[in-house]
Amino acid sequence: MGLSARSAVEISTARLQRGMAARWREWGELAVQALLFFAAMVSVFTTIGIVAVLLVEALPFFQQVSLKDFLLDPQWTPLFAQKHFGIMPLVAGTFLTSAVALALAMPVGMLSAIYLSEYASPRVRAVLKPALEILAGIPTVVYGYFALLTVTPLLKQIIPDLETFNALSAGLTMGVMIIPLISSLSEDALYAVPSSLREAAYALGATRLEVAVRVVIPAALSGIVASFILAASRAVGETMIVAIAAGQRPTLTLDPRRAIETMTAYIVQVSLGDTPHSTLEFRTIFAVGLVLFLITLVLNLIAIRIIERYREVYR
Amino acid sequence: MEEIVLETQNLTVYYDGRPAIEGISMKIPRRRITAIIGPSGCGKSTLLRCFNRMNDLIPSARVTGRVLFEGLDLYSSDVDVVEVRRRIGMVFQKPNPFPKSIYENVAFGPRIQGIRDRRKLDEIVERCLRAAALWDEVKDKLHQNALTLSGGQQQRLCIARALATEPEVLLMDEPASALDPIATMKIEDLMRELAREYTIVIVTHNMQQAARVSDYTAFMLAGEDRVGRLIEFGPTQQIFTRPRDRRTEDYITGRFG
Amino acid sequence: MGHRQRREMLGKLFEGIALAATVFGLLVLAFLLLDVARRGLGVLSWSFLTSYPSRFPERAGIRSALLGTIWVMALTALFAVPLGVAAAIYLEEYAPRNRLTRLIELNINNLAGVPSIIYGLLGLELFVRAMRLERSILAGALTLSLLILPILITASREALRAVPMSLREAAFALGATRWQVIRHQVLPVAFPGILTGMILALSRAIGETAPLITIGALTFIAFDPKSPFDKFTVLPIQIFNWVSRPQAGFHARAAGAILVLLAVLLSMNGLAIYLRYRLQRRYQW
Repeated sequence: MGLSARSAVEISTARLQRGMAARWREWGELAVQALLFFAAMVSVFTTIGIVAVLLVEALPFFQQVSLKDFLLDPQWTPLFAQKHFGIMPLVAGTFLTSAVALALAMPVGMLSAIYLSEYASPRVRAVLKPALEILAGIPTVVYGYFALLTVTPLLKQIIPDLETFNALSAGLTMGVMIIPLISSLSEDALYAVPSSLREAAYALGATRLEVAVRVVIPAALSGIVASFILAASRAVGETMIVAIAAGQRPTLTLDPRRAIETMTAYIVQVSLGDTPHSTLEFRTIFAVGLVLFLITLVLNLIAIRIIERYREVYR
Repeated sequence: MEEIVLETQNLTVYYDGRPAIEGISMKIPRRRITAIIGPSGCGKSTLLRCFNRMNDLIPSARVTGRVLFEGLDLYSSDVDVVEVRRRIGMVFQKPNPFPKSIYENVAFGPRIQGIRDRRKLDEIVERCLRAAALWDEVKDKLHQNALTLSGGQQQRLCIARALATEPEVLLMDEPASALDPIATMKIEDLMRELAREYTIVIVTHNMQQAARVSDYTAFMLAGEDRVGRLIEFGPTQQIFTRPRDRRTEDYITGRFG
Repeated sequence: MGHRQRREMLGKLFEGIALAATVFGLLVLAFLLLDVARRGLGVLSWSFLTSYPSRFPERAGIRSALLGTIWVMALTALFAVPLGVAAAIYLEEYAPRNRLTRLIELNINNLAGVPSIIYGLLGLELFVRAMRLERSILAGALTLSLLILPILITASREALRAVPMSLREAAFALGATRWQVIRHQVLPVAFPGILTGMILALSRAIGETAPLITIGALTFIAFDPKSPFDKFTVLPIQIFNWVSRPQAGFHARAAGAILVLLAVLLSMNGLAIYLRYRLQRRYQW
């Protein structure tokens, strides 16, 4: 038979108990697990690091600039002789470009999502959906080039008093970039709506459009809203498109034809300059960074919360 | 009186605080085939998985009572679970060979024990494939991917793989339920052959299979509280011709299940 | 025209508009690519690839930027991939379902949405100043590693999750320890997915500009970097620099550099798709 000549009856159970070999093995396993755990904790350390870095540099800033001035002064001129530290112009710049971007991306993204989810055949969907993702994969510096060197000259022909650096070109280009963000997430939300709901509506004689608008969208509303919020967060945090095409002149305005400066572009501007590191002027980028971080943090947390809640609904 | 190799004493398994099986006390005799039968959902697989501590892998599972192997409580804190699983092997319902070569499938068990010598591994692979009645069919393609084999061959490969760690007990969870009748027959023949060396515990929902193949049978049933209990245990002959419990008789005669 | 027919027409009209919206972005993309090609194709030449930047557009090239990009990418991969895969393994195979695990997952989700320039600020303080790495390739790579870590972890987790439970069970039942199960059975099967995720994460990193500007990557480098401690520039920063100049000559150079960057991205993504296809055939289910 060839099997080992070990008596089946007289088997020592002592080997089943954890001897030296087993203990070594267990220590090894524990070591591996600890290493892997630390790797996972790096993400937590990163968040702590970000908060720490921003606070460490922003706190000395706020010791010299009052919070009231920071929030209410309508001018931002830290690099000039006459220094003002009011963040409103930067926030306004960020807001303006993001608003333009969302004004383009929300309708276009939604329509794409509806088309892909409710109208397109699986084959068409399989081609168009990844194609749209390509838009998200183009480096933002390429979009910046496009905004300044192609979109702006084009728009100048339609809008004669458009400044060379302006919020409109940058905003529109940003909008194109974030279309896939909205269309992809909204489409997932629409797709997740159970077909039984659609079938019920069709059975009552509704057309495709009516089913989409009256039944599916309301059911997927929270997912769609989450996609809008995430897109807004992305637009707020975008740097290169606005740094290249929107300008470096902090302006408190709602006119998209004018040059402005966003929070992100300001940080780039200072980083490219030669402001010495431990000065008040340099610390402004951390104060601005802190505001930026908080805004995107709040937006992201809201979106994550909404996404989790709507996933629960369809359990 | 038969020698007992595995025994449970008042074994209860909880998932998330709710009992799935309760108060199971039974004795598995050495080098015999013991079948566990019962309608689906009565906890047969849960019970089987206690014998090689596979329930440890489910975080919400909790086990009370004792499971004795050669008199030693498998759940006591100084037991090496890795060694337990080498000594008590398992074959699953759906054949699950590794996506590697036939050779590497069988060699995996010995390899992780530290056996590296090529000739020793060759010998183990051949021996186990022979014992699983698969050698002649695969000896020329040992390095081919295991997934190219048929379902029945894959299951025999899984048996060979389990044999490679030189276990004393083989646990089989509905080993033929995913196979066609001919492959099933081959597995049953193989089981009888293997029972000469190994103790076999098989879970099956197929009563005829249990009657054909096993020496002892355990009948389990879940009550209205959906908790599985051992209703009756005895020689297969007796269970199927003169069951002592009314419920056993109902199940055997097909009144439910 | 009846009420019903009007509704149908509205529906058809809507469908047309929705389709137009869907392809709108693609049309813009095509337009963008054509424009870049128009301006940049004429610029591409061997000397373009091998010259340093210069005050004169005709002589400016992407040599230092290209080398810098390769250096930074290589080091980023070196740091980020083991870290990301390890974290993914912990979360998928080891982590208990408790509050700490939830916290880690929440962190990863959140970090994915933090603007990249904030990572630049972190890198500036932590790597450039506190760890005294100055404005080196090493500092840049470490910063980018943190940036792409969430993407890597998420992609790797998905690859691990796709490995069927039955495979792990079979290995455990043979007496393998958890790490043995992962190392010998799970990782080999998850490998194509992990590799794809890694390439996608790196292709995201390669286009990153803002964090590297913040840590101080320079815009005018006229030498080949020879060590991780050297100063550097990367392709996107070079593009940014040229775009910001008024001369059309530099704009053409920027377009040429964009073509090179897009070509690199295209090959990386193509490689990812190809590898995924080839490797998946080996582990066919």
